[in-house]
Amino acid sequence: MSAIPISWYLVLSAVLFGLGVVAFVFKRHIITIFMSIELMLNAVNLAFVAFARARGALDGLVFVFFVIVVAAAESAVGLAIVIMLAQNRQSMNVERENLLKL
Amino acid sequence: MIAILLFMVCAALAVAGAVTLIWAKEPIHSALALVLVMVALAVLYLLLGAPFIAAVQIIVYAGAIMVLFVFVIMLLNAGVEERTNFSKLAIPGVVLAFVLLLEIAHWMFHSAIGRALANGANAPTTEASTYDLSEMLFKQYLFPFEATSILILIAVLGAWVLARREP
Repeated sequence: MSAIPISWYLVLSAVLFGLGVVAFVFKRHIITIFMSIELMLNAVNLAFVAFARARGALDGLVFVFFVIVVAAAESAVGLAIVIMLAQNRQSMNVERENLLKL
Repeated sequence: MIAILLFMVCAALAVAGAVTLIWAKEPIHSALALVLVMVALAVLYLLLGAPFIAAVQIIVYAGAIMVLFVFVIMLLNAGVEERTNFSKLAIPGVVLAFVLLLEIAHWMFHSAIGRALANGANAPTTEASTYDLSEMLFKQYLFPFEATSILILIAVLGAWVLARREP
């Protein structure tokens, strides 16, 4: 079990976070952008668990628990906002949601 | 040996899912790719000796949150995303993502703690038991736990207020 170096997990976490950033920046659909935020949160969770393993402490796992809870709350509110936007603006492209733009 | 093989397979699945999330034109395909990433990460949590976190990952993330996403995609009848030109901030964002990758690689090969982690040293082989985790959660982290319960309540009320139809 301990044969796998912790750094492999960290590299995977960084790769997933980078892909999440790329998706966040290049996707145009609101829901997909939202999903890329979840992908980045998942990557950070992996780093938390890997470090908790490396240090032999449980605090990292508790943090992951809180991150998951806050992500659940965030996605509930965010998807409600998406529903409201889709009803009011008839488009789900972020380029069209420019009411706040100067 | 089998652990390394399992890690490789799950890491490849996670990266493939993330790439599919970027490439897919339809949001529903992206959502299913994200479910694949989350399940692969749950297997990695099991490998890291955190079975409780793996269960929470499956139940809350791959279960509840992704069902919510799929529900909204179906409800809004979200079709193929139209390609419009992205903002100019996109390029520095991608550059910063790659800088993050290089930074972690550099840190791993040029620092003492990074080398220790890379060698797999001082990693305890014991599993993080759910009993110890709950002990810590309900004693040391009791106040943040209660605070998040209030956060969840506010989020539920906020979602209800936002998504209801105007009377």
